[in-house]
Amino acid sequence: MLSTDMDILKTAEDWRRGGRGVAIATVVETWGSAPRPVGSHLVIDEDTNFLGSVSGGCVEGAVITEALDVIADGRPRMIEFGVADETAWQVGLSCGGRISVYVERVD
Amino acid sequence: MRLDLLSRLNAERAARRAAILVTDVESGEQRLVLEMEVGSDPLAQELQGGLRQGKSGFVERDGRRYFLTVQAPPVKVIVIGAVHISQALAPMAKGLDLDVTIVDPRTAFATPERFPDVPVVAEWPDVVLPDLGIDRYTALVALTHDPKIDDPALTAALRSDSFYIGALGSRKTHERRVQRLTESGFTEADIARIHAPIGLDIGAVSPAEIALSIMAEIVASLRKERRRST
Repeated sequence: MLSTDMDILKTAEDWRRGGRGVAIATVVETWGSAPRPVGSHLVIDEDTNFLGSVSGGCVEGAVITEALDVIADGRPRMIEFGVADETAWQVGLSCGGRISVYVERVD
Repeated sequence: MRLDLLSRLNAERAARRAAILVTDVESGEQRLVLEMEVGSDPLAQELQGGLRQGKSGFVERDGRRYFLTVQAPPVKVIVIGAVHISQALAPMAKGLDLDVTIVDPRTAFATPERFPDVPVVAEWPDVVLPDLGIDRYTALVALTHDPKIDDPALTAALRSDSFYIGALGSRKTHERRVQRLTESGFTEADIARIHAPIGLDIGAVSPAEIALSIMAEIVASLRKERRRST
């Protein structure tokens, strides 16, 4: 299925109503040549099903891992990815851009 | 995000109304501001800016940063003419997340069999367009070649703030169209809003290629602020 921003947020709502733990990741800031624009969403459930994207596929894995923690403890987090940030994350954007992603649980 | 906020955000989108989710990323606090409430919000100026540009992003007020998730209504494409090109165009528009509706008074053309996945209205444009509503999130594409059908639709679109108006036909056909629209009172500037000949110049030949060139032109109009050249 082709996922648009519209059905990504609708899916988040449906998954939550179906009783699953759900997190929404949103691209909130970009620098340089980021692959997905600010406002793009990725939704993740507790079983690591996901829909949408926050990059061209480079950092989704790390966001999903982080989202599982957010689903577990309910605390929203801001995560930064990019070549400039080598301290916290091993994954980077191969395109050389930098992005901030806000991950929050649907309560 | 609270589930009720998420539901309301989805409901607003389904109802084709703009809405903005305001997130204080430090505290995680959130609120949803509906289009009609924007003016009375403490962040009114910032929210209006967000709505105008249709772009999500951070704003700052009194040393606090708020992320605005700006949700504009889905873009609508009204196609006049249930013709061969429209059959190719409808699935492309759907794939691009656009709401497409086909209008054609000729009942032999406007059948659900020919357009299985999109709404088809077998009615005259001047009858149905007031109900469909042409707003600034709407593109209108006239493809019948028949002035009796196309002209009333173009007239309605020119009186609206539709972001894209396109009409099929050769330069000669368009010259005659310009003449008719001028006679009915439209100015040169009004008529210049019509993209004709329709579609980006990609040398399109087949109905699917013409549909692609039209869709590309619609996207180019929608995203004109981002284009590298104009």
